[in-house]
Amino acid sequence: MEAQFPFLSIITLSPILAAVVILLLPQERRENARMLALAAMILGFVLSLWVYIGYYQSLSGVQGVLWSDTLLFVEEAKWIPSLGIGYIMGVDGLSATLVLLTAIVGVGGTLISWSIDDRPREFFAFFMLLVAGVHGVFVAVDGFLLFFFYELAVLPMYVMIVIWGWKERREYAAMKLTLYLLIGSFISFIAFLVLYFQLPEQGLPLTFDLRVWAEANFPFDVQVIWFMPLFLGFAILAGLFPFHNWSPDGHVAAPTAVSMIHAGVLMKLGAYASMRVGIQILPEGTVFWMPFVILLTLINVIYGSFIAMRQTDMKYLIGYSSVSHMGLVSMGFAAMNLEGFVGASIQMVSHGVMTALFFSVVGMVYDRAHTRSMDELSGMGKVFQWPMVAFILGGLVSMGMPGLSGFIAEFPIFLGVWRGGDLDLAGAAFNLNPANYYPWIAIISSIAIVITAAYVLRAVGIVFFGDYDPHKWHDMRPILAIDKATLVGFCVILVIIGVFPSVIAPMVEAGVAPVVNRLETAQQAANFMGAAQTAAAHLFAWLGGA
Amino acid sequence: MSSNITLSWWLAIVPEISLTVLLFIVLLYHRFVKPEDKRQIGILTAWGAFVTLLITLGLWLFFSEPGVEPMLIWGGMIRHDLVTLVFRVMFLVALMITSLVSVEVERLQSSEYYGLLVAATIGFSLMAAGADLIMIYLALETASISSYILAGFYTQNARSSEAGMKYFVYGAFATGIMLYGMSLIYGLTTQTNLAAIASVLAGQTSALTGTAAPLVTAVTLDGGAGLSTASNAALLLAAAMIVVGFGYKISAVPFHFWTPDVYDGSPTAFTGFLSTASKAAGFAIFIRVFSAGVLGDPSSSIWWGMLVAICIVSMALGNFVAIFQTNIKRLLAYSSIAQAGYAMIGLVTFSQSGSGATMFYLLMYIFTNIAAFGVIILVSNVTGSEELEDFSGLSRRSPYLALAMMLAILSLGGIPPTAGFLGKFFLFKAAVDAGLWWLALTGIILAFVALYYYLSIIKYMYLYRSDDEDKAIPVSRAAQVGLGFSVFFIILLGIYAGPAIDWTNQAAAAFFAG
Repeated sequence: MEAQFPFLSIITLSPILAAVVILLLPQERRENARMLALAAMILGFVLSLWVYIGYYQSLSGVQGVLWSDTLLFVEEAKWIPSLGIGYIMGVDGLSATLVLLTAIVGVGGTLISWSIDDRPREFFAFFMLLVAGVHGVFVAVDGFLLFFFYELAVLPMYVMIVIWGWKERREYAAMKLTLYLLIGSFISFIAFLVLYFQLPEQGLPLTFDLRVWAEANFPFDVQVIWFMPLFLGFAILAGLFPFHNWSPDGHVAAPTAVSMIHAGVLMKLGAYASMRVGIQILPEGTVFWMPFVILLTLINVIYGSFIAMRQTDMKYLIGYSSVSHMGLVSMGFAAMNLEGFVGASIQMVSHGVMTALFFSVVGMVYDRAHTRSMDELSGMGKVFQWPMVAFILGGLVSMGMPGLSGFIAEFPIFLGVWRGGDLDLAGAAFNLNPANYYPWIAIISSIAIVITAAYVLRAVGIVFFGDYDPHKWHDMRPILAIDKATLVGFCVILVIIGVFPSVIAPMVEAGVAPVVNRLETAQQAANFMGAAQTAAAHLFAWLGGA
Repeated sequence: MSSNITLSWWLAIVPEISLTVLLFIVLLYHRFVKPEDKRQIGILTAWGAFVTLLITLGLWLFFSEPGVEPMLIWGGMIRHDLVTLVFRVMFLVALMITSLVSVEVERLQSSEYYGLLVAATIGFSLMAAGADLIMIYLALETASISSYILAGFYTQNARSSEAGMKYFVYGAFATGIMLYGMSLIYGLTTQTNLAAIASVLAGQTSALTGTAAPLVTAVTLDGGAGLSTASNAALLLAAAMIVVGFGYKISAVPFHFWTPDVYDGSPTAFTGFLSTASKAAGFAIFIRVFSAGVLGDPSSSIWWGMLVAICIVSMALGNFVAIFQTNIKRLLAYSSIAQAGYAMIGLVTFSQSGSGATMFYLLMYIFTNIAAFGVIILVSNVTGSEELEDFSGLSRRSPYLALAMMLAILSLGGIPPTAGFLGKFFLFKAAVDAGLWWLALTGIILAFVALYYYLSIIKYMYLYRSDDEDKAIPVSRAAQVGLGFSVFFIILLGIYAGPAIDWTNQAAAAFFAG
């Protein structure tokens, strides 16, 4: 491959460089930190847009069955060659989309945090590191690189929540979040290493290059045993029930910009990695376990929205609604067909922008009113017209209103689940016809839409349209132009995706098609019960032997 | 034998010779030069260590000393191979950074202190090179006796004296037991050379002498297949006794009881040295004696299970007890117990990649832990105590010190982009490779217990406020260089570890080539 401009490296590494420069700024020039951060973010945004458009234009050329054929903008360098670790970056349609999403939320987060006055140097330096880590995971084509950036993204979260977070819960929430996420990722890592040493038995070299992994066919029993650790470790970050508990606490305690990155991008990181590393590498394990995982995601969707209905703190409300919406992403994957995967991917983007919007609105209100409690806020619409409109639009997206991005995302997911079950071998093994009960899963989970409407409308009604008390809310700072620009930017994206789905749908479809294709060829494990027994016997023998 | 001494024999001990010269210079410097600036002595030691380091690395890079083929020289006392080189580099780096960060401590500005540091380094260096039980024991005692004095160096301070005394009594006892174990091995094999012991135990003729000693044949021959049952029991006992001495050196559970008190009472600068160089030296002889298969095939031995148990219990106890510490030196003492457990993961795999990973881990641990202790020295020099609360508001007080401390802490916790992440990664990878994925999993879960208290140090520095926030902590040029050097390597080994891990793996190949 001829040498080309290293777009992905610059997108990933320029925030790190910015962080170093910001930290080295002399005390008297610390105010420049904001400008530097914004410059780095805008550079990243322009380059990711370039990458996105570049990929979009060459879409027709990359429709491939193999994942490695769909990768563009590939950069390769040696890193630790003796262990097969390389510095390999590249994007497929899905990751190009998510990189762009990260860049957008990064710019928005920088603008929203413009007025931070407690140690701005440190704040923006850590924020840059966080964005770099997230970019890195999306563009990594090497398993080790992926884990490296993943860990790199978690730590700034801790520091930022602890220092700039909400005073009452920050220490608890930050510790909880960090431990949950790191334990999850390391459990995945062990599974990954176990599989790494199985590579030679497949006639493959010892390498962390995921392109090789994506074509490996591990024995069925290995896949069944190690799928759950590999998948779950990342699914924790996607907020899969019953491991979602860290997420609302983390959302609430984090400063606005971190909440935006956290809910907007970081949870997608979990979903993306669980698909890229879990589902893509172990398709037969996926086919074995997904019928059970889909039940978890069902709980995710319903339970998350019911809990959200009970909240009076606006950040908790959005936090639990995120759990519910991320449940839909996992459910789309669990449907194991193209519709489900495409829907889940669009939902990642749609929800990412939507939550970033929600959190920026709540942040604006909180900065001025100093409360997020719906018991105290009312009539805010009188003073905060722009945030009100933005919040209502975001609410409509989360209800899945046609014409907005939420509909484009949720409709294929429900369609996929309804039509799902082709690959559900577990049901068949128990003499059930999956075609009979998958529609019910879709129907039950669509209840969540109704509940979402209930809590969103309730919040809008109380917070923005309640009685306005001019004595209680005096001397509130006006909404800055910079804030308005951020809100408008997010809203425009939500509408564009809703009206012109073709700007995104072909991209993510090209990204997930190889994975779905792998799942369909994994049907060879049709003898579910027999395979399960063999796997169990293997497992016990192995445990006994160890 | 004297006629056989060649140039390369001399080259093999150039670092020790050079350190000995440095020792005399340091001792005589105060006597003859009588410098007005007392700090010069520390800087002189650092330069000496640096020059020795350059010589050592230069000999390796330009003259291939040590070469690829290990050499057994000086009557079988010293093995000159890459393992020796790796550990020597660690000790010299530790000596250099320790000297740099302790320059400003007034009570340590004496030739005795730096002389003893150099003497201990000579001991460590010979421990790593030792290929003979007698050599190992002598080197260990050289290092230990210097360490005992250093631990009790603040003679006016009751806690320092207690530390020195405790370290001495405990150390004397542990090494005594170890010596008894060594004598048992001699009794079984009539050999003190490690290679000779290995070949006798394997039922072969001695590689060193070419013929098996008659007594050995009488005692051990069981159809040439190795030791009889009774001798096997004696061997197990000897292994257990040797583990006592080594375990004490690396402060592994259950031989760790001295650690918190000694770390706490000793001069902080020495604590940093003790927790890194001394531990690394302990691991060096561990690798020499156990990983080399001297005591037989690990997979069929009870003592393998014993080592695994020590490894797990060290990680667990160190990490859990550290949570409850409020003094940062005691906290790092328990953390260092746990870190010893982690480094042992590589040892118990008994593989090349495992030993290589352990050596890499120790290398990064030197930079990491000395950086952490360097910050503690500077902070406690101002505050006068070593409580965790003294670190409150450090990020507002001295942002760069707080940053250095945070990087060191992250490296201890194993978070990228620091060296600790790759250190743990290589260890866990080696464990999984050896089929010990459950050991790796245990290690990982316990690493998160550790993360809890590591992160709380960051919380003190970045979140909590203190009344002295506006008073910056003075950092001398020497300390800046020392800390900057450590932090540079913490990051470098964290993102570009390829050459280092290849180097340590190549060193480990000496034991596992066959």
